[in-house]
Order: sequence, then structure tokens, then C-alpha cells
Amino acid sequence: MQKLHVTDIHKRFGDTEVLKGIGLDAAAGDVISIIGSSGSGKSTFLRCINMLERPNRGTIRVSGEVLDLVADRRDGTLRAKSASQLQRIRSRLAMVFQNFCLWSHMSVLDNVTEAPVSVLGVSRKEAVERAKANLAKVGMKPETYERYPSQLSGGQQQRVAIARALTMDPDVMLFDEPTSALDPELVGEVLRVMQTLAEEGRTMIVVTHEMGFARHLSSKVMFLHEGRVEEEGSPEAVFGNPESPRLRQFLAGRLQS
Amino acid sequence: MLGGYVISVLAAGWITLSLAFVSLILAVVIGIAAALARLSRSRALRITATLYTSVVRGIPDLVMMLLVFYSLPALLSQAAQDWGYDVYIEFSPFGAGAATLGLIFGAYMAETFRGALMNIPRGQLEAAEAYGLGRFRIFWRILLPQMMRLALPGFTNNWLVLAKATALVSLLGLQDVMFRAKGAAEATAKPFTFYALAGGFYLAVTAISLFLLSRAARRYELGVKELAR
Repeated sequence: MQKLHVTDIHKRFGDTEVLKGIGLDAAAGDVISIIGSSGSGKSTFLRCINMLERPNRGTIRVSGEVLDLVADRRDGTLRAKSASQLQRIRSRLAMVFQNFCLWSHMSVLDNVTEAPVSVLGVSRKEAVERAKANLAKVGMKPETYERYPSQLSGGQQQRVAIARALTMDPDVMLFDEPTSALDPELVGEVLRVMQTLAEEGRTMIVVTHEMGFARHLSSKVMFLHEGRVEEEGSPEAVFGNPESPRLRQFLAGRLQS
Repeated sequence: MLGGYVISVLAAGWITLSLAFVSLILAVVIGIAAALARLSRSRALRITATLYTSVVRGIPDLVMMLLVFYSLPALLSQAAQDWGYDVYIEFSPFGAGAATLGLIFGAYMAETFRGALMNIPRGQLEAAEAYGLGRFRIFWRILLPQMMRLALPGFTNNWLVLAKATALVSLLGLQDVMFRAKGAAEATAKPFTFYALAGGFYLAVTAISLFLLSRAARRYELGVKELAR
């Protein structure tokens, strides 16, 4: 079943066109890794999918529902026609951010239950149950549930952020460089959680610099270069037999570092 | 006999305090609205709010108060008569005082709140949007609690100045602590005693406020470390 269908996304910042028509299809259980050097537009593309950035052109369909977009009078960017539809679509696309972006005035448990209660209308009691199950799944111990984000390590914060995403029971999970802000020794704990999710059949779109994750856990890899999809395919093809010289160059640079 | 005057001055304390609280509530409401307007996408709202905060902060409190108390009713009455209504509009000293202080300190609060809002990491707002929270919910659950904590030092400062500025309303004839102290000082020919008494009253109010607000600040310190990054 198709979970996410995005076509022809264009995005301009001023005179610079950072996305020049990118699309993506994700079926249930797909894990799509988006790789590319910084400035290739991969994070911007991901942020266009849930409209954190307004694209200039393109279509977005989540689980069969097309997001109604209209051009803004001022700058011509596309915005959602209906705020309530946008909220509904966003609630099915849970995002995990590079800098975790937990709400710093809320405890771990409140961070995880906030959106299910206020957006999905789940009862507080059920939200707490779901939250606890997901926090346990990402390896957070019960004694941390009443702590605040500032009292946790980066790896713990990111795992809480993943539990927050899971508790929405989303159709698609969007990961925006989830390990880039972490100290090297904390990257493993987050990648292991993501591996579990991938193996469970979660539909995931992952912008990443972790070539190991992209190679071994994704069903498909997209290589972006200067706002275009330069090459895409199975991880075996993309890593084992890259066609584009730019991809070869990119991969060579990755191996050296 | 002196005791009677002392009691009369201190009894007016509740007028001063209620004026201060009513003004504070007005100032907070106006301040939040103006701060949000200054940060809004709409150019018209931004310009209006900027104009408001800069004009109000640029005019002396006393001038503003006299303008509101004497000139505004006359203007309104005139306007009403021009429209064919024979009404005479008058403000009570309390109403005019609270409205003016609310307006003045709304501008200072707006600046304090704006600074606090800008210091909330943008990612937290984006996370709220990305999870489908509505605008009101984002403000109520994510922005307001953090804004209050970040704004506490500036808020405390504004409140102290506001509490003291209520003394100006005595010039409109409101029988507050300052008004009664002036009366007692003139009647008894002991200005030092009664102005010192009034001064002591304001000092007590601000000292208690400082104590309570610094306790509140300590309670809210959790989570601040993360904001520092």
C-alpha cells in the first residue's frame, strides 16, 4: 500500500533554486535513505514533505489523501488551503529532528503524550500507556519519565524524540539527520533503535550521513546533488555500482573520512 | 490623632494594590498581544505594534495620564455631540489610572515578552507544528509557559516600576496611599513622617514582590540549561 507520494517539489530561496523537481514514492514498510553532501537540498526536501518549508511547486499525498495547496499571494509559495487538513496530514507524518527539539519545559512523559492527546484526541490514560510502551521500546528507563530534556544526554533525548514520533502511530516517519548532532559514542544507541523500527516494517524517510544505515537498512537510496535526484536505486546498486561520477566522488569522500 | 492619620494612609493601601493589580492584568494582556503582533507575519500588525510601543515608551507617564484623564473624555464627548448624542463622558480616576498604566506598561511588557519569545528555540515551535498542533494550542502549551519563565526577570522589573507608578494616579484625585499621605502631611505639618510612611508602604510591596518572584524564578529553572544552547 502506498503511504507517501510526493511529486515535482521545487523550492526557491530568493533567486536560488535549491530543489529542482524532486519526487518520492514510499510503500508501506519502505525505508528510504536520502544522502548527499550538505547543500544538496536533502533536508529542505524532507521539510517540504510536512510543509515546514513551503515549496514553490509540487504535490503531496499521504495514505491516499492529497494535501490541498494554494499559491500564497505574497511570494507565490504553496501553502495548505485548510489548516485543519494540514494538521491532520502532519499528525500522520511524525518527524524526528537533528536537534531533537523536545519541549524543554515538559517532562519526558509529557513530551511524548502532548501531541496524541491534543492532536489525535487520545485519552490521557491511553496516551500514557502508549507513551510508556514506546519509551520502553527505545530503551528509556521508567525513572527518566519525569525528568526534563536538559537532564538527559543527547542520545537519550533523541530516543525520547523517537518515542514521541512513535506514539503518534504515524503512517510515515521522517528523520532529519537524526544522529548528526550527537557525540560519536551516542550515535550507536540511536541507530540501534532506528534499526529495530526498520526491521519492524515502519515506513521511514531518513536524511542521513550514516552510510552504514543507508547501505544496510534501507530498501532504497536516493542521492541528491544540487537540488536534483542524481541517482537512486537499491542500496546494492547505489553503493556497489554507482553510475554517476558525482556519487562515486561523494562515496569516496565518505570512505576517507 | 497621628494614629488616625497613619491608619487612614495605610487603609488606602488596598486602593493602591487593586489599582496596581488591575493595571498589571491589562498590561500583561496588551503586552502579549503587542508582542505577538510584532512577531507576526502581517506587516500591518507589525507596524501598528511597533508604533504603539515606541510612542508610548517615549511619552512621560504623567503626561500620558493627564492626556487620558482630561483630554480623552472631552474629545469623546465632543465626538458624541457631533454625532448628535447629548452625553457627557467622564472617566473615574481609578478607571483612567488603570487604563493609562495598562497602556504604558503594556508597551514595556510587549518588549519583555517579545525578547522572551525570540529566545525560545525555533525548533520547539517547528516540532509543535510538525506534530499537527494548532496555533492556539502551540501558544498555550509551548510558547506561553516558556515565555513566562524567560520573561520573569523583565516582568519583575516592570511590575516594580508599575507598582510605584500608581502613585501618579493620586494627581487625578484617586484616594490612594500617596493621596492620603499628602493630605496627612499637610494637615499635621509632619511631611517627613507621612511621606516616609508612604515610602515604606511602597518599599514593603516591592520587597514582598521580589521575594515571591525570585522563588517563582527558582521553581521554573528546570529546563533552562537546554535553552542556553
